[in-house]
Amino acid sequence: MDKPTKILVLGSGSIKIGEAGEFDFSGSQALKSLREEGIKTVLVNPNIATIQSDEKMADKIYFLPITPYFVEKIIAKEHPDGILLGFGGQTALNCGVVLHDSGVLAKYNVKVLGTPIETIKATEDRELFVKKLNEINLKTPRSKAVTNVNDALVAAEKIVYPIIIRSAYALGGLGSAICKNEEELEDAAKQALANAPQILVEEYLEHWKEIEYEVVRDAYDNCITVCNMENLDPMGIHTGESIVVAPSQTLTNHEYHKLREISIKLIRHLGIVGECNIQFALDQNSDEYRIIEVNARLSRSSALASKATGYPLAFVAAKLALGYSLTEIKNSITQITIACFEPALDYIVVKIPRWDLKKFRNVSRRIGSSMKSVGEVMAIGRTFEEAIQKAVRMLDIGAYGLVGNKAQAKLQGYDIKEELANPTDERLFVIVEAMKEGYGVEQIHKMTGIDEWFLHKLNNVISVGEQLTATKNLTPQLLKTAKQNGFSDRQIAKIIGSKANDVRALRKNHGIVPVVKQIDTLAAEYPAKTNYLYLTYNGNEDDITFRSSRKKIIVLGSGVYRIGSSVEFDWCCVNAVFTLRQLGYEAVMVNYNPETVSTDYDVCDKLYFDEISSETVTDIYEKEKADGVIISMGGQIPNNIALKLAELGVKILGTTPESIDKAEDRQKFSQLLDKLGIDQPRWEELTSVEDAEKFAAAAGYPVLVRPSYVLSGAAMSISFSDEDLEQYLDKASSVSEEYPVVISKFITNSKEIEIDAVAANGKIVLEAITEHIENAGVHSGDATMVFPPKKLYVETTRKISEIAAKIADALKITGPFNIQFLAKENDVKVIECNLRASRSFPFVSKVSKKNFAEIATKAVLGLESAASEKVDAAEGISYVGVKSPQFSFTRLKGADPLTSVEMASTGEVACLGTNTYDAFLKAIMAAGFKLPEKNILISIGGDEAKVKFLPYAKKLSWLGFALFATEHTELFLEKNKIPATMLHKVSEEKSPNILDYLDGKNGEKLHLVINIPTSFTKKELDDEYVIRRKAADYGIPLITNLQLARLLAEAIAAVKPEELEVKAWDEYA
Amino acid sequence: MTENIGAALKDAKLVLQDGTVFQGKSFGADVSVPGEVVFNTGMVGYPESLTDPSYKGQILVLTYPLIGNYGVPGNDKDEHGLPLSFESEKIRAEGLIVSNYSFNYSHYTAAKSLADWLKEEGKPAIFGIDTRQLTKKLREKGVMLGKIVIGNNDVEFEDPNLRNLAAETCTNNKVTYNHSGKKRIVLIDCGVKLNIIRSLINRRCCVIRVPWDYDFLADKELDFDGIVISNGPGDPKMCTATINNVAAAMKEEHPIFGICLGNQILALAAGGDTYKLKYGHRSQNQPCINNETKRCYITTQNHGYAVNMKTMPSGWEELFVNANDGTNEGLRHKNKPFMSFQAHPEATPGPLDTAFLFDEFLGMMK
Repeated sequence: MDKPTKILVLGSGSIKIGEAGEFDFSGSQALKSLREEGIKTVLVNPNIATIQSDEKMADKIYFLPITPYFVEKIIAKEHPDGILLGFGGQTALNCGVVLHDSGVLAKYNVKVLGTPIETIKATEDRELFVKKLNEINLKTPRSKAVTNVNDALVAAEKIVYPIIIRSAYALGGLGSAICKNEEELEDAAKQALANAPQILVEEYLEHWKEIEYEVVRDAYDNCITVCNMENLDPMGIHTGESIVVAPSQTLTNHEYHKLREISIKLIRHLGIVGECNIQFALDQNSDEYRIIEVNARLSRSSALASKATGYPLAFVAAKLALGYSLTEIKNSITQITIACFEPALDYIVVKIPRWDLKKFRNVSRRIGSSMKSVGEVMAIGRTFEEAIQKAVRMLDIGAYGLVGNKAQAKLQGYDIKEELANPTDERLFVIVEAMKEGYGVEQIHKMTGIDEWFLHKLNNVISVGEQLTATKNLTPQLLKTAKQNGFSDRQIAKIIGSKANDVRALRKNHGIVPVVKQIDTLAAEYPAKTNYLYLTYNGNEDDITFRSSRKKIIVLGSGVYRIGSSVEFDWCCVNAVFTLRQLGYEAVMVNYNPETVSTDYDVCDKLYFDEISSETVTDIYEKEKADGVIISMGGQIPNNIALKLAELGVKILGTTPESIDKAEDRQKFSQLLDKLGIDQPRWEELTSVEDAEKFAAAAGYPVLVRPSYVLSGAAMSISFSDEDLEQYLDKASSVSEEYPVVISKFITNSKEIEIDAVAANGKIVLEAITEHIENAGVHSGDATMVFPPKKLYVETTRKISEIAAKIADALKITGPFNIQFLAKENDVKVIECNLRASRSFPFVSKVSKKNFAEIATKAVLGLESAASEKVDAAEGISYVGVKSPQFSFTRLKGADPLTSVEMASTGEVACLGTNTYDAFLKAIMAAGFKLPEKNILISIGGDEAKVKFLPYAKKLSWLGFALFATEHTELFLEKNKIPATMLHKVSEEKSPNILDYLDGKNGEKLHLVINIPTSFTKKELDDEYVIRRKAADYGIPLITNLQLARLLAEAIAAVKPEELEVKAWDEYA
Repeated sequence: MTENIGAALKDAKLVLQDGTVFQGKSFGADVSVPGEVVFNTGMVGYPESLTDPSYKGQILVLTYPLIGNYGVPGNDKDEHGLPLSFESEKIRAEGLIVSNYSFNYSHYTAAKSLADWLKEEGKPAIFGIDTRQLTKKLREKGVMLGKIVIGNNDVEFEDPNLRNLAAETCTNNKVTYNHSGKKRIVLIDCGVKLNIIRSLINRRCCVIRVPWDYDFLADKELDFDGIVISNGPGDPKMCTATINNVAAAMKEEHPIFGICLGNQILALAAGGDTYKLKYGHRSQNQPCINNETKRCYITTQNHGYAVNMKTMPSGWEELFVNANDGTNEGLRHKNKPFMSFQAHPEATPGPLDTAFLFDEFLGMMK
């Protein structure tokens, strides 16, 4: 075998809807696989929070945009002899295709490893794809590729409505829509064509089953299907939006193996080398099938399949790309059998997507053919009931399971029929409600298309719930039945009117405890060498013994990704595990997110793929007889259960649960700050509208309001008037004695600053101060962050350090923490404090090259001395890191793409540079921002903001940009002698109209929209919203924050695109 | 109906010869039976497995925990009178052990539930068993005798391998299918899976199905081009008549294709030896490597005995080897038209990767 010596691996960049943590998992496996071969690796990935971009993973790491421009520069510099395109999602694939077509790869002699480019193209270009499949008589949906709206309408007539449209070269079903008539099609086609040159009009296979196969082929034509999966939701709902089970549950042997055979025939015909995902539609009432699509790369589904089966698809795919045969690779779970086999599962896996739609204004909550979910969970059980109830709890949306939940206000008064026919993110609960209201399985099946088998199983859970409700005396038999059907202690307690701890005591008395089972790829046919584990009540015997010669530490993972909690926490957890293992501890990981690296079974000594709840963690802790639990690395989910775990006798390492509570409980924390003489914005917890208005009158508007208890999709808002306040309190939170709100003074024009730190016994050992570009009012997760800070007064940073030290001391912090501050002049106020690792830990760690997660782990183990000198991570750094948010507004139909106090970004990137401008421009480009070519629309509300932006508008004009502006902004610019073209608002229906420039119909298109709204008030259908929304729909870069707009103007003026540095991480020293 | 509550269901247990008892609930016929306890790791195909004659005498444990999901299809027949969806005319396994039985099934081809079918056919079944614990035991200690006991109705253990199970499962008479077929194949039925017959018919063969001990060479009216030795239950050494008949056919150099038990019979007829595997191969994911091409195929398997390659006389080569444990998976004679395959080229249940072996066999008859 002629193996390459240096391979370039493209990552997938930031986490966005449709491309999330799964690519950190596949990329990391690929890098491990190459490293094992002694091959040098070069990684391009601006997602600084990934594990794959740790120095131990690749030889050279570039935090740069994954665009042909930058990748070409890297190729010219690094001279790799091979490139892997299949491990970085659609981003890597698209970039690779361009590099190939433009001759760059040929010019530098870079060989595409694995699946050839021609094959990739055949799977991406619909027409080519259909042609390829026709060659071997495989069926695809009737379909026509078109490039304009008219042709789409003609094609639809022939195919017959309803039809579905899709874009070629798109990830996660972007731009696809189901259209029932001409009108809907015209609308949808226009939008889709704005983002893609070609769309497909296709036969819509309503209520067909959706089945997926993960198929592997080596260069010698050995083929296997590693896993098949069945979507509970039928066709019409994107697989990323569907509840998915593995293996398929309702397919007969004939169907299973027919589709398997077709998969193999197809992968051979296409000539894929490595892994691919094939999606099928299968008629519920006949033997008819259609092949929907092929993804010739690692995908979200392949990550799920890897976790579902224990088969390391990405690891194997990387080896196959090097030219290995499947028979030469070992099954890494058994170590004695080979990788050329198909896993046999003896459990069922259920995946449920997690949505965060409530975070967005105006967004449609209907789920359908394009993806909106931001994360997913995977549950393992030995009954469907057990697995799905686990999965529902894992979503962390406040649900105890399918039944026995707190009454949810919003679930009342909706039309069940409508909800069943047009599902939203709450469909599962709607089905349960419908069943309770007497809808039969058959009836629900007809309305939803969901196979009756699944509905019967859901009904079983309801039945057990009803038995619990009816019981006067909980018998051990019923308790065991409930546990076997996936009921949690808390859920049972809620139903029977007891307490979770009492239910726990009762079941332990009766010996009703879960057993630990292994995932071994061969259904126990061969002994497994790895400890990939789950808990079940459907069994009698543990698969493993728990004795260990080493000290055993459990690390709690991040759980489900959602807006605000993502790959950053997985990075912290994996680094904690690395550190533990390095120090000789046995590291036990608990996590249930299939997109993570921490759930790769060889990362830790033992992996429990299970719930992160006080019940489950305590069960594991008791089985393992562990020496302690680290809860401070996985973000808020493990943090939330600290007190409960301590109550159950679990030893929490690091900062005590009491201290955590003191920081989490607003009242207690506020008192602490008062006692320490630390300033904070004035706030109160209130239970009525009148009290809220009284507070606002006293403190002065604007005020920040949020519900005191946050279930999910925390609704936070800034109110500028009584009217705003009333509207908010009325709509979003229905304030009451039971549901108080927290109201605080919102301080305008102040800077936001954060400190990330590690303390030991109350003394800080390591800290990093970061500044936000955006003023307060933009959620810290949506803010552009600069580290080391460049524009802070020395006095401010000194004060911040001092306050952090005081708090660390008062709470006797041991381990990681993060504090957020407001600073105006030199006046510093504390707004939030979390005694856990924060979202910015990987960012400050990688910029400073001081691993905060590692130091924090050592601190909680008691290995960091309080006596050691405090290290300022910023010291001696001559370069700068800029972290930029990644928004996914394009996918969230209707959502207002405006940053505010509620976090809306789905991911982030960070780039390094010698100066802020360089790093900033690269960072926004890495987050998908296209630098403006010529036409810029400026629309700024309010005189103050207009004045503040004036010098920057001048700069842009001077640089030669053509400025366009809305009426008032144009008048203001004209007065200040800056030429600009006035565009009418969309509602004015006059020419020249903004709309014409947004959709580019008349040939002139806007390249950038700067829209700074007057206030943060939530007027819904105003003209500004239309501008922002259309910009998102038409893929035009949009800036809605004044400070960001100013920095952009400065940066564009200071650095030419071709001058942007192309340097590897280790070149910044 | 609520599943797994089991209030109205009878208690049932699986008792192993070593004394281990697994408690569960009955969902099949109300009869207790003895048998050899074996496990299969396939995730689909319980109607096909249960009707596979190779399970005669055995209590089948399915490691996939959710069983019964798509019910059981009707007993429709094809134009040759063969059932469309089953591997023989009836359930052959003595009993069934599962973890979680789906009382409610859903599939457009389903005619009845698995429970109803088992009851109709008088076969007991238990759910609520930790099948993984049971499987690990069988893996560690080897297959074991056992019995399903429903209620208090106990039975004695009984070793089925001491019986001639092939004789118990095969056809009683000579039956000819597809008279107009181009090639005429004698199929020695030692408990044949019907898809072997279908696979030959689909390749335009006329299939003359004869009982395990039928002396087809003595049948002067029988004109044939090749011989297929079928799969079947039990110890191949019980099939002495078949071994003798095959040995005689080999002398005449008739093209021969042995499948599963047929692989073992061919080996014995050639002078080789067979042995019992600790816990056999029963699954749909066994990788077999073709020693010549090095290509690997995923196969479906159901056998408890294997050919000892070291005992094969000269002239024979190992066609396939199991990639996991190195056991023999097929034989070929270097210059005579004899080949055999330990796995199931006819699949059902399982992958269709090795169906081409039927074509290779047909090629030997040119």
